[in-house]
Amino acid sequence: MRAEYSFRHKHIFGMEQLSVRDIHHVIAAARSFREISARSIKKVPTLRGKTIVNLFFEPSTRTRTSFEIAAKRMSADTFNIAASTSSATKGETLIDTARNIEAMNPDIIIIRHSCSGAPQLLARHIGASIINAGDGAHEHPSQGLLDIMTILDHKKELAGLKIAIIGDVAHSRVAVSDILGFTKLGATVCVAGPATFIPTAVEQLGARVCASVDEAIEDADVVMALRIQKERQNDPLIPSLREYSIHYGINRRRLEHARPDVLVMHPGPINRGVELSPDVADGPSSVILEQVKNGVAVRMALLYLVMGGEKSGEAQGDM
Amino acid sequence: MSELIILQNGRVIDPVNQTDEIADIWVEEGKVTAPRATAPAGACRYDLAGKWVLPGLIDIHVHLREPGQEYKETIATGTMAAAAGGFTAVACMPNTRPVNDNAAVTRFILEKAAVCAARVYPVGALSRDSRGEQLAEYGEMKAAGAVALTDDGLPVTDSQLMRRALEYATSHGLPVISHAEELSLSRNGCMNEGAVSTRLGLRGIPTAAESIMVYREIALAELTGARVHIAHVSCEASLAQIRLAKQRGVKVTAETAPHYFALTDEAVDGYNTHAKMNPPLRSEADRLAIREALADGTLDAIATDHAPHSVLEKEVEFNYAANGIVGLETSLPLALSLVHDGVITIARLVELMSCAPARVLGVPGGGLAPGDPADITVVDPDRRFVFAAAESRSKGRNTPFDGWQFRGKAVLTIMNGHVTFADL
Repeated sequence: MRAEYSFRHKHIFGMEQLSVRDIHHVIAAARSFREISARSIKKVPTLRGKTIVNLFFEPSTRTRTSFEIAAKRMSADTFNIAASTSSATKGETLIDTARNIEAMNPDIIIIRHSCSGAPQLLARHIGASIINAGDGAHEHPSQGLLDIMTILDHKKELAGLKIAIIGDVAHSRVAVSDILGFTKLGATVCVAGPATFIPTAVEQLGARVCASVDEAIEDADVVMALRIQKERQNDPLIPSLREYSIHYGINRRRLEHARPDVLVMHPGPINRGVELSPDVADGPSSVILEQVKNGVAVRMALLYLVMGGEKSGEAQGDM
Repeated sequence: MSELIILQNGRVIDPVNQTDEIADIWVEEGKVTAPRATAPAGACRYDLAGKWVLPGLIDIHVHLREPGQEYKETIATGTMAAAAGGFTAVACMPNTRPVNDNAAVTRFILEKAAVCAARVYPVGALSRDSRGEQLAEYGEMKAAGAVALTDDGLPVTDSQLMRRALEYATSHGLPVISHAEELSLSRNGCMNEGAVSTRLGLRGIPTAAESIMVYREIALAELTGARVHIAHVSCEASLAQIRLAKQRGVKVTAETAPHYFALTDEAVDGYNTHAKMNPPLRSEADRLAIREALADGTLDAIATDHAPHSVLEKEVEFNYAANGIVGLETSLPLALSLVHDGVITIARLVELMSCAPARVLGVPGGGLAPGDPADITVVDPDRRFVFAAAESRSKGRNTPFDGWQFRGKAVLTIMNGHVTFADL
């Protein structure tokens, strides 16, 4: 409709930087790429000759694999550099590591790092496009986008929806990206969990804090459960997983108060029986595996767009 | 050898001697002297019409990094930065390598400082190696020239040790400076806890991590009758404790740093490691409370917490970046902005940056009466300039004020009768 629009982001640091039009543009592109994954030959030449580096300073199988599949389906050459095999353990700084990789002329670096802001630091020192695959407790934008895409597969729009996010919001980059993305598109986001899991001033990100899980789930269109990070158990946030699952876990009984067409989501991997009871995780409301499928499509779209994709004339319709 | 210097026509502001008038000041043999009827030929004259002539500024909280981290700063470069910022004296914190916890290190610092551009007052460590376990040798350090005690940068967690330090320091007539921080609350935090930390995904440090310890120090000062000085106060909650304590006569004094009245945690946006320090930049409400406390006397002094670091410590992930910023060359311009904004008077600025610092440490300075040491700072209150970190005398470039436009700066600094900086 508005011909002058173009996706102008060289780097993807977070949902914070994306406009509503950007978000719709990414999702429209992702929808067209999703079709490629359903073909018998799952490959297009779009990024042939491009070099994409997965630079992961934190262990991750799912996100790294998702990005790798996305890159390969677009015919890019991909390389994985994991912290355990890189120089990070030898005391090399992030900037030195990045400059060494830069010398190999990559087009895109996908970075996951335990420090918030690491992708921005990288971008200040090297020329490649940077895509944030999760930085500290800051953002995980491809997850935020795939969550929006999954919701939009089932609901006409996000405006007017009530979306409950339950669990460890304080240590979740997924929660930040989801809250920013969902509220930009007009949804009401309610967060709930024990107070140790609710970050200071989360209202200023646009979320409403509910006193109980039941209040957050009441009439919700979407219920997103966040993963309890067991590695945080030495930080005294909750007394036990047992008590958490009793008071904050999402089970069929709690879900009865949501809208009948509620979608149950989870960024994975699930602690079964903790955040979600097995019958809910595998039940008819669950769209968790659709999230995974959309993850590949959204990441294909991001790779395509940061490479200036729409200039090739394949642009998907603006929305 | 000591020639006569005549400072003419400046506005002399000396609150200790209740002076605020256009007057001449004579400087001879390191002292302020009363002007005589005729000046000898060859006197060095400065026409300071339109300038302010103040008692030399004293910064009681500076990290000079020598011995041990000379790549960050040396006593020579730090004192040159001090002189350029209008300071005639600085007190240097003991977290050098080795720690200044004994007379030998104290003497080393003073020997180096003897030929430098500002007086240097070493602050000794409160505990051996600043480990917070055993008292350091206060008597020996005092005899060598230490003027106060602190484990700055490493909060004293053991309250019994703090109590004993306050008591033992009293016996040696030394003030104790507290870096007030409850580590169990601040651990792993790297900025103020609030909306910005949530947005940036950075672990926050609540103001309670500071105010809890400020209260502990006040309670211990009350218990022991000792004098305690609270370093780098950053938040309203601490000010409330200090205000109440002063009202009931506790011997507590406190300083803040310019960044706490000039900036808020919004400056961290973009993961700016030049806005990372400990305590962290706080909220706008805290910033306004600091300004108010500077005016109403709750805060006694402005001190920079000048903390030079190299790019090695700052060009890294925000979590891993070292705490601290340089401040010697921006402290006075930032404080002058408070005068221009009507928050404090120029007399109050002199009190905060010269008189009170001298009193807190029990060192000379803060006045311009005949016989006083000739430590003098001349300010052009209206000189506009852009601060360029790259041109700093300090080795540190780690400042959030690079490129800031300022109104007012030091244009002539005289220490012990010698001109240490001139930009007239």
